[in-house]
Amino acid sequence: MARAVTTNRKILNTAIAWGIGLLIFFPILWTILTSFKTEAQAIADPPVFLFFDWTLENYAVVQERSNYMRFLMNSIIIAGGSTLLGLLIAVPAAWSMAFVPSRRTKDILLWMLSTKMLPAVGVLYPIYLIFIQLGILDTRVGLTVVLMLINLPIMVWMLYTYFKEIPGEILEAARMDGASLREEILYVLTPMAVPGIASTLLLNFILAWNEAFWTLNLTAAKAAPLTAFIASYSSPEGLFYAKLSAASTMAIAPILILGWFSQKQLVRGLTFGAVK
Amino acid sequence: MGRIELKQVKKSFGDVTVIPPLDLEIEDGEFVVFVGPSGCGKSTLLRLIAGLEDTTDGNIEIDGSDATGLPPAKRGLAMVFQSYALYPHMSVRKNIAFPMRMAKLPKEEQDRRIESAAKALNLTDYLDRRPGQLSGGQRQRVAIGRAIVREPAAFLFDEPLSNLDAALRVGMRLEISELHKRLDTTMVYVTHDQVEAMTMADKIVVLQAGVIEQVGSPLDLYRTPRNKFVAGFIGSPKMNLIEGPEAARHNAHTMGIRPEHITVSSESGDWTGTVGVSEHLGSDTFFHVNVEGFGEPITVRAGGDVDLHYGDTIYLTPDPALIHRFDDKGLRIA
Amino acid sequence: MATQQSRSAARLMMAPAVVLLLGWMLVPLIMTLYFSFRRYLPNRPDIEPGWVGFENYARFIGSSSFWPAVQTTLIIVGGVLVITVVLGIILALLLDQPMWGQGAVRILVIAPFFVMPTVSALVWKNMFMDPVNGILAHLWKFFGATPVQWLSQASLESIIMIVSWQWLPFATLILLTAVQSLDSEQLEAAEMDGASYLNRFWFIILPHLARAVTIVILIQTIFLLSIFAEIFVTTGGAFGTRTLTYLIFQRVLESQNIGLGSAGGVYAIILANIVAIFLMRIVGKNLDA
Repeated sequence: MARAVTTNRKILNTAIAWGIGLLIFFPILWTILTSFKTEAQAIADPPVFLFFDWTLENYAVVQERSNYMRFLMNSIIIAGGSTLLGLLIAVPAAWSMAFVPSRRTKDILLWMLSTKMLPAVGVLYPIYLIFIQLGILDTRVGLTVVLMLINLPIMVWMLYTYFKEIPGEILEAARMDGASLREEILYVLTPMAVPGIASTLLLNFILAWNEAFWTLNLTAAKAAPLTAFIASYSSPEGLFYAKLSAASTMAIAPILILGWFSQKQLVRGLTFGAVK
Repeated sequence: MGRIELKQVKKSFGDVTVIPPLDLEIEDGEFVVFVGPSGCGKSTLLRLIAGLEDTTDGNIEIDGSDATGLPPAKRGLAMVFQSYALYPHMSVRKNIAFPMRMAKLPKEEQDRRIESAAKALNLTDYLDRRPGQLSGGQRQRVAIGRAIVREPAAFLFDEPLSNLDAALRVGMRLEISELHKRLDTTMVYVTHDQVEAMTMADKIVVLQAGVIEQVGSPLDLYRTPRNKFVAGFIGSPKMNLIEGPEAARHNAHTMGIRPEHITVSSESGDWTGTVGVSEHLGSDTFFHVNVEGFGEPITVRAGGDVDLHYGDTIYLTPDPALIHRFDDKGLRIA
Repeated sequence: MATQQSRSAARLMMAPAVVLLLGWMLVPLIMTLYFSFRRYLPNRPDIEPGWVGFENYARFIGSSSFWPAVQTTLIIVGGVLVITVVLGIILALLLDQPMWGQGAVRILVIAPFFVMPTVSALVWKNMFMDPVNGILAHLWKFFGATPVQWLSQASLESIIMIVSWQWLPFATLILLTAVQSLDSEQLEAAEMDGASYLNRFWFIILPHLARAVTIVILIQTIFLLSIFAEIFVTTGGAFGTRTLTYLIFQRVLESQNIGLGSAGGVYAIILANIVAIFLMRIVGKNLDA
């Protein structure tokens, strides 16, 4: 609904919007800036904004002291693993529902969505118990599976809405052309759905990366990802602003960058196609 | 070879019967057009032949052997879809090669067929483009090319021209007819456009609500429509259907007369009416005439030079030999 | 519409997802139900486990922490919803206006959504809300006011602020998408009909946004009912910030009273389902269209 306006109006819009945008972004900006300060400058009164001695010291200290790389690897393996595993299960399911719909398809989709709404805390103990019994508490495998399961409904939904946009006639053409089901999915559907699959991967990677209930409650030392690493700074002895900022920046930077690419898909993925 | 026979074929979706049991024979090399209004089941019928839908009952035979349970790929048929259904991520060459790749044909044979199809369809210069870079007509030709290289027993066309603009449509119509003459392969063609049906078909199958209303050559259908529906559907502009005392005078419940079978005069004739809207095409003029005692205005065709205007009195004389008569059930009275 | 073959293939390919989710839903749910009817404190061997009927349910509701927890939950959810929806609509309308650097501003606004909850909670807690060194304390002092002890004196407001900051991008993004889908001819027609901007907002834009607003409210409610990390990291449930979710968490993992915690879990599931039903209705309708 945007339309042409006068230049003055546009200047005003720009000023207000940038002002608000920067205000909202400020906590992140401030964290990034602080990560380059010394601890003394980080708590200076009045606060210093840009004119301080930039240093990379905090990053070095954080890496050294907390074995940051291990947490990072855990995050990458758990978020990446759960996303890929989920994709493997979600693509065939979404294909079925998009191209061979039956009377039950809608119910199944809604039911899948409903599992996403189960409050985690309601099933915390059973999962905890199962994890102990299976010996997968504080393991990457256990967390990967749980994150895959909590994101599976979103993956199926997103892929379903993308697949729905591919005309069924093209798949029928492939069938007429003699392609088997496997060939149809491999040579025709998948290449056409690449953008949709990529957005699904991206959003679910982000969601898994930021997940902070199961990652906090099902890990201790070995499999703890970055969410838990950051949470460990909440204890008083970890209270160094500059180092906290460096750790935080490292934890959010990769995902901020990925997130900016996926903003369009975010709407579709999180509203289950109800807002386009 | 491409002889297709439908025996008591029936299709229902749940409780809704789309096609009640139906018999149809399509001879080898024939150009058969399924025509009817939208929702008449013509596309479903085509998809049943293709194997993209299961029959609820009955048998489909292709060249004498039962193909009812065969998956689409095994029926030896090729299909051209309404949306062309080209693979957008493949070049034209790859699109055309796809069915041969699936059939694991040798590479040289693939290339040979692609070359000859491209030449026949004027696609040689576009082989390395993507479908997105082609015009509607070119996409249509790629879809046909993809069908040709399979050397199928029969071609199935599902409203292939409905996404093209009027001028292109006429051109493609000729190209498809030309292709049929050259390949001499069975073609089954679905359209809602009776002009396409009349101009292309060897045999027209008129469908309504899943029921075959009439099967015959275009001229059969034009000259002796079996019922009111076919009479009204075939021919453009539509046949005038008149009920009431005038029909009774011809011993019919409904009488039909085509616009081109009425003589127009400004002096005398059987019927007297007033000129309503007139449509000048240059060669012809169509007058919509309100005749006293007729419920509906009737359409007549006159030469382009007839000089009559809105509100003028006009005299019409139907050609008595070309009057169609229908009974109260809408069936033709011989 | 398809053939028998493709239908059976479809069932086969859907099976893994369905079976896994069914297991993921049913197994823990049944276990929670089972525990909720039992006395079970694994850390207290002196207390015999056994069946207690609905005692856990009664005790959970009867405990002095239950109603405050419900109240806290409602205040946080309600507060965040009001703030994010109102600001979200304003921001969406603003971002839809012609301006320079629209894409860049959008990125700035969306960014908080991608910050992991533990990070945003920690950054706000220490660098903004700390009564000595926080930015807000500096700001207060600059204006000659006494710095606020945010997380102890205004704990609920603080949590609401942190969570709103995280969720405002979500609301803005969805509402912006909805605003952009509004047919400009409709607005032009209204302008021709003599409607002022306020009128156009009230009679055309707002009704157009109604569906998106509903969806934002429902989805956020489901997520907000179970916010955890933000409280875990900031107050640990102290200073009146113990929500229902947090209360259950404490019962289960901190005091290891599994029976009581499970009964609480069942309440949480019921509560979430009440919201979910409304959301599903809307999504379901959209599927038909």
